[in-house]
Amino acid sequence: MARKVVITGLGATTPIGGDVPTMWRNALKGVSGARTLEDDWVARYELPVTFACRASNKPDEVLTRVEAKRMDPSTQFAVVASREAWKDSGIEEIDHDRLAVAFATGIGGVWTLLDAWDTLREKGPRRVLPMTVPMLMPNGPSAAVSMDLGARAGAHTPVSACASGTEAIAMGVDLIRAGKADVVMTGGAEAAIHAMPIAAFSAMQALSKRNDDPEHASRPYDLDRDGFVMGEGAGALVLEAEEHALARGARIYAELAGSGVTADAYHITAPDPEGLGATRALKAAMFDARAQAVDVVHVNAHATSTPVGDKPEYTALKAALGNQVDNVSVSATKSQTGHLLGASGAVESVMTALAVYERKAPLTINLDNQDPEIPLDVVTSARDLPSGDIVALNNSFGFGGHNAVVVFRNA
Amino acid sequence: MASNEEILAGLAEIVNEETGLAPEAVELDKSFTDDLDIDSISMMTIVVNAEEKFGVRIPDEEVKNLKTVGDAVDFIANAQA
Repeated sequence: MARKVVITGLGATTPIGGDVPTMWRNALKGVSGARTLEDDWVARYELPVTFACRASNKPDEVLTRVEAKRMDPSTQFAVVASREAWKDSGIEEIDHDRLAVAFATGIGGVWTLLDAWDTLREKGPRRVLPMTVPMLMPNGPSAAVSMDLGARAGAHTPVSACASGTEAIAMGVDLIRAGKADVVMTGGAEAAIHAMPIAAFSAMQALSKRNDDPEHASRPYDLDRDGFVMGEGAGALVLEAEEHALARGARIYAELAGSGVTADAYHITAPDPEGLGATRALKAAMFDARAQAVDVVHVNAHATSTPVGDKPEYTALKAALGNQVDNVSVSATKSQTGHLLGASGAVESVMTALAVYERKAPLTINLDNQDPEIPLDVVTSARDLPSGDIVALNNSFGFGGHNAVVVFRNA
Repeated sequence: MASNEEILAGLAEIVNEETGLAPEAVELDKSFTDDLDIDSISMMTIVVNAEEKFGVRIPDEEVKNLKTVGDAVDFIANAQA
């Protein structure tokens, strides 16, 4: 019998709140984190997209000046969220050789990389910061979190584009079950609201161009959806072996009951139109969690608001859950937060853990005309989840055909 | 041309910016590594910032000889002379 894994600490810094209580209050209320970007580079490069979901709190205002200086913004977000989650877990004493980190990012230190390139061209190699390499490496967030907590049982960085955050959580479960750690700080961070990624995502027609109405741009499942909205921030979850949590009388949000990770092996960016890879991930996750379709009452969907992406997820949910799909409360929280890329799965897992703990589903906003080809029961107004034993899922899919699903069960 | 006092004050400012150490902790007899706990990466940042501030060149092979704050002040003063 595998060790049971539970969630005992949550942290988040997002476009709809700089900490978990603020984010969750807003998620239940339904707000948009999207705003017109004020940065001078938007006009300078005549970007085709002029808005995004900025984190509501700047991480360099939470960290000390010297801490912030040595971290890429993605790492700053990771440290802010993981400190909140750690404090929230209430862990005071721990064997640091049994504490691991699995913290993801989709892109890594893109600000650092491109700033260094600018410096090189404008001022020469002597002025390129000696901290450039550790700041730009994608394992920067997990390494910084590991140092911050004194986590010595390994610091891992799963990278699978927009599935990264969820895959990090899946890895955390595996580490505990395999006996390699008792506690794992899991999560994801992203800070890619920079002219180049905006230009690049825009070039592939992935971003919404609703420049005149940013707050209504992220509209998963709506007939008028035209792309995702870039977000930034981080989410963090403390995963703990159940016996470890019980021994210290910890507050348990939910059981992290299982995971499923698959690859489409179909196309580098387009999802398999039949959602076959996602279906396999869902089925694998439910099998791993010993969950039946009839137990599933809530899904935090990947639902990025792109014309091509939202429907295959429905197809996959239908294939994996059968008729139970009609009884599932589906939340597409990217409508509020935007798409936090490698952090999205972590932030959405924080919300899913809270949904199970408090039995409340977060809202989907901007759903005015639901796509008839996606007949999901989408949560657009305050809704309680049922009492009794329940299961919830969080889905994340990434360019490259990566599919990751994690399963939550009430504790 | 800056006086040794001005160079020390300028260096202290650079060290504070990089490490957060109080400027008054940056004294002539202090070792960068042993007393001020400055690692090699921070040291290179300090060196490059000092080059810009004082208009001097501190060759990479010279940096290992700058063990104390006083060594750095002397080097910069000589380089400016």
